[in-house]
Amino acid sequence: MIHVVDYGLGNVQAFLNIYKRLGYNATRAKNADDLSNAKKIILPGVGSFDHAIELLNDSGMRESLDSLVLKDKIPILGVCVGMQMLASSSDEGTLQGLGWVPGRVCSFRLNDKTRNLALPHMGWNNVYPKSADLLFKGFEKDVKFYFLHSYYYQCKQEIHETSKAFYGFNFACSISKENIYGVQFHPEKSHHFGAMLLKNFAEL
Amino acid sequence: MLLPRITPCLLIHKGGLVKTIGFKMPKYVGDPINAVKIFNEKEVDELIVLDIDSSVNNSELNYGLISKLAAECRMPLCYGGGIKTKEQAKKIISLGVEKIAISSAVVEKPSIVSLISRELGSQSVVVVLDVRKKTTLFSSSYEIFTHNATKPHSINLINFIKKIESYGAGEILINSIDNDGLMSGYDLILAKKIKNELNIPMTFLGGAGTLEDIKSLYDQCGILGAAAGSMFVFKGKYKAVLINYPSDEQKKEIFESFID
Repeated sequence: MIHVVDYGLGNVQAFLNIYKRLGYNATRAKNADDLSNAKKIILPGVGSFDHAIELLNDSGMRESLDSLVLKDKIPILGVCVGMQMLASSSDEGTLQGLGWVPGRVCSFRLNDKTRNLALPHMGWNNVYPKSADLLFKGFEKDVKFYFLHSYYYQCKQEIHETSKAFYGFNFACSISKENIYGVQFHPEKSHHFGAMLLKNFAEL
Repeated sequence: MLLPRITPCLLIHKGGLVKTIGFKMPKYVGDPINAVKIFNEKEVDELIVLDIDSSVNNSELNYGLISKLAAECRMPLCYGGGIKTKEQAKKIISLGVEKIAISSAVVEKPSIVSLISRELGSQSVVVVLDVRKKTTLFSSSYEIFTHNATKPHSINLINFIKKIESYGAGEILINSIDNDGLMSGYDLILAKKIKNELNIPMTFLGGAGTLEDIKSLYDQCGILGAAAGSMFVFKGKYKAVLINYPSDEQKKEIFESFID
């Protein structure tokens, strides 16, 4: 069973719909009890960093997530702000992130290579996966995903970056460390590309 | 490489999907959810849905419909119409909508943009401006309207756009009232004029009739969103209702100059 964390942000229903269509069991988790038998977890998100962290802390699920992800090594996929929360901090806010994948979230506006580009980085962009990455299994050339963000994940170690996209420079648009995965783009809104990635996550 | 967007824009009137001409004469073209299902199959870049009753009637938003739309959309959804408060905006985002569009509330009180974007993040805040060309004997300029083009506002368009950008808007959607429903091409002069002033993404709406029109918009303005209503719901010279959208191959031709 795949549990989509419903802490008040992000399109939980869109993930459930895709998994239903793909033939996987997925459900909404609104509290710690709901999460108890999770085998896969999706942490969605739309919104600002601090707002997302606050809502997640208030949801009562934070401790369960810590234990499921860090102790039981249950695979988790953070999406958009859900991925950014995996970092220790963000230019967008003052609160501390989950700190699960070493790195911090940086502002495109403060980067010389992107400060003069239209921001947010919004629309469909080509994604170049590292070939070995499991989330991108079966993807061929011309991979596109939908992006909507003004901040990007700066990994401390390159080894945690699993794909890149170009906007002023090549930034990491997906990350992974052991059982922890994150994607900056929106697979739930990226048609067949997204469905394929979510299927790969379900099959991990 | 970031690609330009081709975005159908759907109007909701009395619960049904309509298409207008010059913001008037709403013609019923179908059921919104059904339209979304077809656009899903066609893998559209994104979708804009605007309720054209809410601001005019000052009515509460139809959260039931918004929630159904959000659940059905397999593409990013921008929803607008009658949003006046931060609470409403938050509620819509919590229903699974990626972006909210605000118009009359911003024209009346621009600072609402910063109020909303501070909480939701700029990326989710789209400001929609309906504009009409105003020609006098010696000059022509553009005037901002609200309430389905019935209420003019004497505000300088460019200054206003710069102001809302500084307040944290994440995108601006310019809708040409003059060209709405005509299907004879975009107002390229207006599009270029505004694009040159902006540091945030822009979407342009009003007048597209063919893929050529969309290509001309990209040629003039670079990467932006080309939105259209009539073009994606009507087919042929008698305007039979038929939901359509360019194929991948057709899009590749239009995007030619943007693909590396």
